[in-house]
Amino acid sequence: MFVVMALLVGALYAAAFYLLLARSTVKLIFGLLLLGHAANLLIFSAGGLVRANPAIVPSGVEAPLPGYADPIPQALILTAIVISFAVLAFAAVLVKRAYVESGTDDSEEMRTTEQ
Amino acid sequence: MLLALPIIIPLLTACVCLLLGHRARLQRALAVLGACGLLVAATTLFVRVWMDGVQILHVGGWQAPFGITLVADVLAVLMVLVTALMHLAVTVYSLANVNARRQRYGYFAFLNVMLMGICGAFLTGDLFNLYVWFEVMLIGSFVLLVLGGGRAQMEAGIKYATLSLLSSALFLAGVGVIYGITHTLSMAHLSQRLALVAETDPWLVVAASVLLLLSFGLKAAVFPLYFWLPASYHTPAPAVSAIFAGLLTKVGVYALIRVFTVVFPASDYTLNLLLIIAGLTMLFGVLGAVSQSQIRRILSFHIISQIGYMVMGLALLVSPGPATQRLGVAAAVFYIAHHIVVKTNLFLIGGTVRALTGTERLVQLGGLLNQVPWLAILFLIPALSLAGLPPLSGFWAKLAIIKAGFEAQQYTLTAVALFAGLLTLVSMLKIWNEAFWKPAPEGETASENSGRRKPPPRRLALLVAPSVALAVLTLAIGLYPQALLSVSQRAARELLNRRGYVQAVLVPPEPSEQPELGDDRS
Repeated sequence: MFVVMALLVGALYAAAFYLLLARSTVKLIFGLLLLGHAANLLIFSAGGLVRANPAIVPSGVEAPLPGYADPIPQALILTAIVISFAVLAFAAVLVKRAYVESGTDDSEEMRTTEQ
Repeated sequence: MLLALPIIIPLLTACVCLLLGHRARLQRALAVLGACGLLVAATTLFVRVWMDGVQILHVGGWQAPFGITLVADVLAVLMVLVTALMHLAVTVYSLANVNARRQRYGYFAFLNVMLMGICGAFLTGDLFNLYVWFEVMLIGSFVLLVLGGGRAQMEAGIKYATLSLLSSALFLAGVGVIYGITHTLSMAHLSQRLALVAETDPWLVVAASVLLLLSFGLKAAVFPLYFWLPASYHTPAPAVSAIFAGLLTKVGVYALIRVFTVVFPASDYTLNLLLIIAGLTMLFGVLGAVSQSQIRRILSFHIISQIGYMVMGLALLVSPGPATQRLGVAAAVFYIAHHIVVKTNLFLIGGTVRALTGTERLVQLGGLLNQVPWLAILFLIPALSLAGLPPLSGFWAKLAIIKAGFEAQQYTLTAVALFAGLLTLVSMLKIWNEAFWKPAPEGETASENSGRRKPPPRRLALLVAPSVALAVLTLAIGLYPQALLSVSQRAARELLNRRGYVQAVLVPPEPSEQPELGDDRS
């Protein structure tokens, strides 16, 4: 399982960087999206892949029963997903506006700020 | 509670500004009020930390390794204090510099959101929380950068946003790996556990630290990750450029200093890497500046080269002597504080030049020394300070760095630092010569008289007052450097005394439970 996850994370990173290097700004958004997924899965795998119970405290007991999975990576990923959703929504609007303003989605032609 | 105020005040200001809708006048009043409030809170916090030592706030009452902790040590409060000062200066400047349309569409709200992120990043003692504050800061800065539209701003926005998000993704991956190794996120707890891991498996820790180095390096704009900065910082309104230039990259440097002193065990590999990066950053930044011909672009390249000096101070940790290490880190802290004040001021003055003449291209400028002599003097103070001429603040900052460099016997790097300082002076003199000294170009005066109208005196006063205040601050630091120097030295002592940091954060009121605390998770 661990090997499969490692390969998957690697493949996601590869795809993300491939898309980030593309000239089209639309592909850029997809690249950022995949980058976020890759990082989230990395946290998930690094936190430990175990078959265990959810870390929920049953009523009448002080602590969760032994043999529970670490809930922290899940909480981290949840936070990261929410943040990346908001940021990507902004990025999508930004790319649209940039297309309207400069009439191109080719990042090679977006050089007005570098002269 | 006091510890949370630098986060809560900008948050409240931002929320109320949004609620006020399009009422620009009310928003302006509120923004100034909020900035004053932040300054008062930051000053109080600084005095408290200076008197009573490190302050801790366990957010939500959760004890240290489990909950998120806010930690205010001298470095953190110094940064918050300088941030609050810049915030007030830039807010006042914005009243006259940011047009009413931008103000109506949430300028002040997002300025405060960004400030909340910056203050949060300085105060947090939790690695993942640092990521969250970075994102808060970023989303605020994205909006500020593109607010008002136009092709240049959109293109700059795409570059800035992409690189920032890449940096965040790297940081997130680094946090994931570190959590996988140590099963904790509290910086104090990480400091203990990473030291244990490094004893058996040093390269695992180095690999994780390099991920963070990449991420923070991208934020701080070090060589070779700086290209996004000069492509974006000169496009928005000058007030926005000024606060970006003053604070954003320095948050990256702060994060570098924080994790490579407190969190990660010292490793020669990363420190040597930092040494090389520092030298190349100084050199390439200043070479870029020499080749530019537009005020804010020159200043943008200077940010990069100055970042190199700060990283150099941190990288001198590579020397074995603890006294040299302390001197290096203290010099870096001094440099950051001085640089924020000077750089913000230079961008503000650049904006004032643009408000007066309608351009910031050096070819079209000229004769400002005769037209507005006070502005020329006002420019000279931060410009010469940046170049490191005595008796201004930059002289002491450079002196401290170079002294530390010699004591650490890093002669090549110190030579590079001196050379970069010389080139800084050259490119500052270029702005001086072109904009202030040389006679006004022919033909421009006619168009100036017909097309441009001078800003009314009240507006001009709002533009100049913040610059004067910051210039006085630069002079004050320069004439009496001992105050800031002793603050930096104490900050360095605290940073290099890991055990003190860990004890301040981790040891709860009942120390007997301490050994059990960490083991539940793993």
